[in-house]
Amino acid sequence: MSTLIPITKVAGRPIPLRGNDIDTDRIIPARYMKAITFDGMGQFAFHDARFDADGESRGHVLDDPRFQAKGPRIAIVNKNFGCGSSREHAPQALLRWGIRAIVGESFADIFFGNCVALGMPCVTGSAADIAALMAAVEADSAHDLIIDVAAMTATYNGTTYKVSLPDGARKQLLDGTWDATRTLLDAAEQTRATAARLPYVGGFKS
Amino acid sequence: MGQSLLDKVWAAHTVRELPTGQTQLFIGLHLIHEVTSPQAFQMMREQGLKMPFPDRTIATVDHIVPTDTAARPFADAQAEGMMSAIERNCREFGIRFLDRASGHQGIVHVIGPELGLTQPGITIACGDSHTSTHGAFGAVAFGIGTSQVRDVLATQCLAIQRPKVRRISVDGALASGVYAKDVTLHIIRTLGVKGGVGLAYEYGGTVLDRMTMEERMTVCNMSIEGGARCGYVNPDETTVAYLRGRDFVAKDAAFDRAVAWWKSMASDRDAAYHEVVHIDAAAIAPTVTWGINPGQALGVDEKIPAPESFSVDDREVAEDAYAYMDFKPGTPIKGTRIDVAFIGSCTNGRLSDLREAAKVAKLGKVKPHVKALVVPGSQAVARAAEAEGLHEIFKAAGFEWRLPGCSMCLAMNPDKLVGRQVCASSSNRNFKGRQGSPSGRTLLMSPAMVAAAAIEGAVADVREMLK
Ligand code: SF4
Repeated sequence: MSTLIPITKVAGRPIPLRGNDIDTDRIIPARYMKAITFDGMGQFAFHDARFDADGESRGHVLDDPRFQAKGPRIAIVNKNFGCGSSREHAPQALLRWGIRAIVGESFADIFFGNCVALGMPCVTGSAADIAALMAAVEADSAHDLIIDVAAMTATYNGTTYKVSLPDGARKQLLDGTWDATRTLLDAAEQTRATAARLPYVGGFKS
Repeated sequence: MGQSLLDKVWAAHTVRELPTGQTQLFIGLHLIHEVTSPQAFQMMREQGLKMPFPDRTIATVDHIVPTDTAARPFADAQAEGMMSAIERNCREFGIRFLDRASGHQGIVHVIGPELGLTQPGITIACGDSHTSTHGAFGAVAFGIGTSQVRDVLATQCLAIQRPKVRRISVDGALASGVYAKDVTLHIIRTLGVKGGVGLAYEYGGTVLDRMTMEERMTVCNMSIEGGARCGYVNPDETTVAYLRGRDFVAKDAAFDRAVAWWKSMASDRDAAYHEVVHIDAAAIAPTVTWGINPGQALGVDEKIPAPESFSVDDREVAEDAYAYMDFKPGTPIKGTRIDVAFIGSCTNGRLSDLREAAKVAKLGKVKPHVKALVVPGSQAVARAAEAEGLHEIFKAAGFEWRLPGCSMCLAMNPDKLVGRQVCASSSNRNFKGRQGSPSGRTLLMSPAMVAAAAIEGAVADVREMLK
């Protein structure tokens, strides 16, 4: 089993993904999920928003010359990002495209949980701060956006914004217990005891 | 203060509280399908993990299966690859696999209930957001990601935050031609697509009390479209009557014990809720979506809303929707020409859905420019529908009668929209590109409304046809 990797600070060049209610079908269209591994899923991130039917670029922000930095990236999003399906393929595609953390106004529940399970912090900021941050990176994208999970801040080009993360997820990231399997396995004995108390597990035999 | 069903189920299934504030929750039933499980098995192998409760996981195939042929290997090599992967994984890990040869195959959220796997008071997880469907029985049922599928395989548990409960009480009488689908679309339209974030929805009120189990499943199915983590209805006599005698349900004296336990798990009369919302059934019309998320919906006799009618937050998405759908504010939705009609999915692919659609299909013929598909939700639904002759009614009206699967709900199989086609669909999502064409357009509605649209060649008011 993997060793614990605490995630305290994530830094990378910014990529603004504007819009409310960006759903998981948009993040990864279903036809690119026909695979038995997540490898290679990064190239299909936002595929239909990026390319038209002839494969020509639609000028999506992922292809914007201002945002072509190499290395880890931090996405900036608006409200209800990742709504729709439970497909982990969505955060996997973003992760494999290079996104290591997301800062936004709000996230859909399952998407948020899937990101935490991959060690990808999704932190929220106020609408005004997100607007300011998006404007700042669109004006000048040449700096690292730094998400500090311990201090609960996002810093870009000398300006620091307050961000938040539910306590549980924050603790998981800071402790390195975001990959829950090991934690859950620690209580194998208690799990069996819980199961034994549930009448349906024994088929209501008594 | 009394407890809600969620409180009771949570307490009974809590293995321990985790330092993160989450609960380690025991999962009574784990359902898997071919799309979200292969990577989980890969992780199991890489990490050398074993399954402690292999008989609490049940597998089927639904998303990628073609609906025009059962022949193997599938023409699509990737689909065939996913199929062989789930066959191998089930064999290796000793998991019961309900494939086509078993006679029990179907959409995972259709087969769980019909086999009696889905029961009141239990916890259910599946790598699929519409797992909320199973809440119709008073189960607490979560859609999960692939890493969590691995967690459940390896530990039979989830690390999960307990949601707060919002009770949604729908009271009064539904008009004729108004179905469970309209109730759920109306709720989402009223409370918004992000209205339920962090919440479990408990549906109740006289309308839910009177609903059949299949109707309750339709309502719970789309909890996720309202942003909720799960949705449920308290178990009652309707639930018990549905479950009696099903394959995986206890028999005889054990059944009586089961019934007593199920009923004990229902919310107490004085249960405490985070919030209670009232919906007036009389205000619900046959509802149709016009946009690119399920909250962008209107009554069939309404006009596409003006940009000013939206909050600042929603206006941008509305503008995006007008452009993508090529619809103008102020245009009536009724009369919108359609190219494809799809009846099926885990929302509306059950026997009662097909019956209601067939009543309408009997009244005319599918317009020549419309391609119309009926895809039963499972092999059992298909058999029951065929025994009643529903397939003949559909075929006589010009619908294609297909094999069970998810089909054009998400178009991972060969059933896809082409180009900018407009589809009247009984499924649950109208996201951009959802039905297989990156520019395809989806109008969600009830199965009866889809049948009406197929016959009119355009969005129609099923109430007028049923007069
Ligand atoms: S029918 Fe549609 S929503 Fe339901 S499980 Fe299949 S793809 Fe998902």
